[in-house]
Amino acid sequence: MGMTMTQKILAAHVGVESVKAGELVEARLDLCMSNDITSPVSADIFEQAGFDKVFDKDKVAIILDHYTPCKDIDSARLSKKAREFAKKQDLTHFYDTGVVGIEHALVPEKGLAAPGEIIIGADSHTCTYGALGAFSTGVGSTDLAASWASGQSWFKVPSAIKVMLTGKPSKWVTGKDVILHLIGEIGVDGALYKSIEFAGPGVAELSMDDRFTISNMAIEAGGKNGIFPVDEKTLEYIKGRVDRPYNVYEADEDAEYERVVEINLSELKNTVSLPHLPSNTRTVDEVKGTHIDSVVIGSCTNGRMEDMRIAAEIFKDRKVAKGIRVNIVPATQDIYLQCIEEGIMKIFIEAGCAVNTPSCGPCMGGHMGVMCEGERTISTTNRNFVGRMGHVESEIILASPAVAAASAVAGYVAGPEDIM
Amino acid sequence: MVKGKVYKFGDDVNTDVIIPARYLNDPSLENMARHCMEDIDPEFPKVDHTGDIMVGGWNFGCGSSREHAPVSIKACGVSCVIAASFARIFYRNAINIGFPILECPEAAEAIANGDTVSVDFETGVIKDETTGESFQAAAFPPFIQAIIEAGGLINYRKKA
Repeated sequence: MGMTMTQKILAAHVGVESVKAGELVEARLDLCMSNDITSPVSADIFEQAGFDKVFDKDKVAIILDHYTPCKDIDSARLSKKAREFAKKQDLTHFYDTGVVGIEHALVPEKGLAAPGEIIIGADSHTCTYGALGAFSTGVGSTDLAASWASGQSWFKVPSAIKVMLTGKPSKWVTGKDVILHLIGEIGVDGALYKSIEFAGPGVAELSMDDRFTISNMAIEAGGKNGIFPVDEKTLEYIKGRVDRPYNVYEADEDAEYERVVEINLSELKNTVSLPHLPSNTRTVDEVKGTHIDSVVIGSCTNGRMEDMRIAAEIFKDRKVAKGIRVNIVPATQDIYLQCIEEGIMKIFIEAGCAVNTPSCGPCMGGHMGVMCEGERTISTTNRNFVGRMGHVESEIILASPAVAAASAVAGYVAGPEDIM
Repeated sequence: MVKGKVYKFGDDVNTDVIIPARYLNDPSLENMARHCMEDIDPEFPKVDHTGDIMVGGWNFGCGSSREHAPVSIKACGVSCVIAASFARIFYRNAINIGFPILECPEAAEAIANGDTVSVDFETGVIKDETTGESFQAAAFPPFIQAIIEAGGLINYRKKA
């Protein structure tokens, strides 16, 4: 029996020839990542357990991105604790205000994830690095603390769903439309405990930023990870970022998949998820005109350079509709700077958008734009759960940057074609 | 063996409603217990839940990786969660902190809110004392059983 791409990476990190779905294994880790919410909890667990040093100070990353710049006294205490732990452990990869970006945009950008590696992160969207052909998945704070000590973690070898991509997306259809469509097809637990492995000729038609967005939301289908094959685009992306040896794995021809889902990218339309589950999908055509109060463009899902460029293309020489508030959050300092250099910041500000410093802020109702009861936002973030971005009686519609920007201009849910 | 009153919830109970992100800036057990489930049932955290049993549907604990979610349920005094299925990170987190969870679709379906239920962790037998019906939960693999017996992942690692 052949192995999936994920199974091959796991086998290599266990040090065995092969692994089978359902088997429990302990695997070596290449990176353990955490943020300002999860690191302090792990630090307490680590220290109370009597552990002294992390297994490898080059393989532990702490990224203070959720409540930062600190929104209140309690969150400042969390960041302080994480900062002190990073200093005491002399961590190589510690990112604080000024250099920090949203973790899942920052880790690939800084070359901290490479093809064939295993990365765990105390954040559910750690599955993002599957876009690079790595096995990466989210864990909790106890898992992380134990891994800091041992450099290992336990995994149940996942079975897999194969997503066959064919065709080529039309101009305004991006990775967000692909993943929302997929979640709409298989449901929020459609890939529970499983890998989602993307394959087919359509992969080549997706940019790296598209792939990051898609892998990022694998968790929203319950997936353990969402992984792409490594191709020229992947190698081009990691060039100049990753300078250590890495391994490229391919799924075996006879790998077993529990299910195959086919998506023809040429047929995909702009897609949104209505409240209160990511699986509650509709095409934009079906819900055009739906009332919104605000727009968020950013997050670990859609705060990357291409997302900013797409939004800018729509906002150029246009204005945000009266009564709509737009909050744009570039995901990293490099992206922020690039936006300035390309004149994108000027476009955003002249259109009437607020632009914030890189932070997870609004996505989890933390800060930087929280909703009260009765408000509705269209957001490029990843979860539209009850209360996720504010009051329990506020509502979230998930969308791509193109749809979010077009809706901002229209003043209601709309696609780019509707306003251009 | 535990016995308690059931608080029942539906499918896809996510970690954002179990413990909203706006409270994660203070991860103390008191704060976690004070706000547990309040976005899905504002009355829930106002009651003493010592010994109570939580029942959920499919995909319980989906969403964020925050360990604060099982921690907050445990901090309320709830003795265990029975669900049709669990999201994988919640499942790991519960085991890692030594908090008992049982996967049993039949029990999750049949047990009603307010019923009295007993759970035998040794055998995995769940009994609805109100209706007299019994259910068999899936057994944990030996490795996971060993983590639970050690009192969580950290103790397990320290022994290894």
